Amino acid sequence: MSASAIYMDNNGTTALDARVLEVMLPFLVEQHGNATSRHSFGRTARTAIDHAREQVANAVGAHPTQVVFTGSGTEADNMAITGIAAGAGVDAGQIACSVIEHPAVSRPVQALRLRGWKTASITVDGDGKISQDSLARALNTPTSLVSVMLANNETGVIQDVTAIAESAKRHGALIHTDAVQALGKIPVEFQELNVHAMSLSSHKVHGPQGVGALVLDKRVDIQPLIYGGGQEKGLRSGSENVAAIVGFGLACEIASRELEQRSKLMGELRGRLEQGLKSLGAVIFGSAAERLPNTSFFAFPDIEGETLVVALDRKGFAVASGSACSSDSTEPSHVLLAMGIEEDLARGAVRVSLGKDNTLEQIEAFLAALEGELLRLKRLTAIAV
Amino acid sequence: MTVHTPIYLDYSATTPIDPRVAEKMIPYLTTHFGNPASRSHSFGWTAEKAVENAREEVAKLVNADPREIVWTSGATESNNLAIKGAANFYSGKGKHIITVQTEHKAVIDPVRDLERQGFEATFLAPEPNGLLDIEKFKAAIRPDTVLASVMLVNNEIGVIQDIETIGNICRENGIIFHVDAAQATGKVAIDLEKLPVDLMSFSAHKTYGPKGIGALYVRRKPRIRLEAQIHGGGQERGFRSGTLPTHQIVGMGEAFRIAREEMELENARIRRLRDKLLTGLQEIEEVYVNGDLKQRVPHNLNISFNYVEGESLIMAVKDIAVSSGSACTSASLEPSYVLRALGRSDELAHSSIRFSIGRFTTEEDIDYTVSLMKSKIGKLRELSPLWEMHQEGIDLNTVQWAAH
Repeated sequence: MSASAIYMDNNGTTALDARVLEVMLPFLVEQHGNATSRHSFGRTARTAIDHAREQVANAVGAHPTQVVFTGSGTEADNMAITGIAAGAGVDAGQIACSVIEHPAVSRPVQALRLRGWKTASITVDGDGKISQDSLARALNTPTSLVSVMLANNETGVIQDVTAIAESAKRHGALIHTDAVQALGKIPVEFQELNVHAMSLSSHKVHGPQGVGALVLDKRVDIQPLIYGGGQEKGLRSGSENVAAIVGFGLACEIASRELEQRSKLMGELRGRLEQGLKSLGAVIFGSAAERLPNTSFFAFPDIEGETLVVALDRKGFAVASGSACSSDSTEPSHVLLAMGIEEDLARGAVRVSLGKDNTLEQIEAFLAALEGELLRLKRLTAIAV
Repeated sequence: MTVHTPIYLDYSATTPIDPRVAEKMIPYLTTHFGNPASRSHSFGWTAEKAVENAREEVAKLVNADPREIVWTSGATESNNLAIKGAANFYSGKGKHIITVQTEHKAVIDPVRDLERQGFEATFLAPEPNGLLDIEKFKAAIRPDTVLASVMLVNNEIGVIQDIETIGNICRENGIIFHVDAAQATGKVAIDLEKLPVDLMSFSAHKTYGPKGIGALYVRRKPRIRLEAQIHGGGQERGFRSGTLPTHQIVGMGEAFRIAREEMELENARIRRLRDKLLTGLQEIEEVYVNGDLKQRVPHNLNISFNYVEGESLIMAVKDIAVSSGSACTSASLEPSYVLRALGRSDELAHSSIRFSIGRFTTEEDIDYTVSLMKSKIGKLRELSPLWEMHQEGIDLNTVQWAAH
């Protein structure tokens, strides 16, 4: 049962922080105003949203006026890609993104291609890092927007976005980064990253589901994705999701305040986990690159990832096989294939993503359960052969 | 019983979450926090099951198939997805759209966006009672008309359009028909098995559910297709990507279940309160009800108070929380475009108040509101030279005003 299971799928979603729930509750029970209403109910909601906007801005080194609330990280990515492309126009230059982007970036780019835009892919090396050659080649063609994620949701590999932004800007391109997985795990500083747009999501940092943000340089010409009542300075219409925005604000504030301690804890736990994984014969993907401290993406040769995660779930451990957001598909991870990993090995991929509430005891219990399941599955495989 | 001020009479802007709804949501904010797209563990399965139960509840309220319900972040997104998604998908058939001047901005603005992309749009003027003349709708149809969008219940004046007749005309002419029903759920019965509607937008927070969640009904038979507006992980069968906010979805399901079960009794009670409010306010001289009174939801009363200045009226009635114009656009000082479309003068549009009554409104709230309005309108008019002239029998329309 979920209640007693050990949760190790924090890149999929995170448990809501109890402190966050506490600030949300008043906006779910008594403070119900619509933030655009001019009476006191509306003003209370407006004040709460303004405060949350400051909290989000402070957590990522941005100005509150640069924060646009959206319905999700996916929507923020879509808004950045589609909105900036539409603002620039179809003839302004190509849209380039890396081959390891989350579908929330790669799919809108694909949709633009179907509508006549030129697009380009930037490849990665065997460690999952952006290939500088590929980036340079892409930028040799007139480019209006480059999108490279700060940290990958599957491998946790971190890109040098500041340097990539520098190159993009030298070529006159705008730059967007999907920082959804990085927030709360490594420092995320809008100014330092030197990007024009950056996507964030609440439910990956112990905030509620249903809210995200696009942090945006106001000089960027961007078209809204959703038109209507003119909320968010006309950039994102729709009655504000006050409770979720309030929760997102505090979740960001806490994530920023507790970042050092969380990343230290998660890093130590991951260290012990990977030590154990290696001794059991696992291949760990992207481990030569700088990674998020909480993420471990690995495979055991000849063991199907899907089979292993279901077995682990029965033992009370919640982990993921591919990326949770697209676990519908049974295709091997596009990220691993892009890194040149053999398809057979890629099919074995399992992702453990730790959170602030995991403990060393849980890691030890996980490794013990994993060892048992591996033995069992290998015996089954041997019989089947 | 004592009255707590300010009294909330702005249920068309947003409703409080019903305590039963909040109670259902909380477990999904604490124990069951999984991502419904996670297929590899019980946290994900529990969330997915809750999402599907809620989808059934939403479908039941409007007599649809759960597979016809697509989750969105709200009615605004639903309207955008329906209008832009259908117009773009079917643009090969034609690029003309018909809608009405009194639609919500969440319909008008996406249509305006399509106009910038090469579509043409007809914005029909309603009759002075806010209702659409069916003959005018028929006359607006062109061979290249691909989409029509007409709201079921107007957010400002509460009038109910004849969706069934309009839908049948659309069917005969091969036009995709979208209906914004954000203000209708729990107020009028909706049967999508019978109604010839292809796309319908819903909101949770107008029906005692949480903010940040809505749905779009997309008909399966005959099958309606859309170009997705938000791409990504492929949730909602590719119609709308993004992690589903489980707690909000659970809340919308419960809110719609309650609406289905209690709508009839609740509407009778609300109608009595509205009629009482109307009778009370009509004792004031020179008041005008905006919009048809018969073909209208009982929750809404929109009244213009002549010879009163709009801004000072709002300042004077701080003890009640009401809207002047739609809440979603009341940041602007423009007179309501809906009332202007009915042919109301700027002055009457400015001095209008929308009272919207709901589940938690009491008889005492209404009594208090009537007496407050009587006294405040009286005081404001005492200060008004226009009222004085009117009292003296001067027809203000004949007065030559000096420029200054």
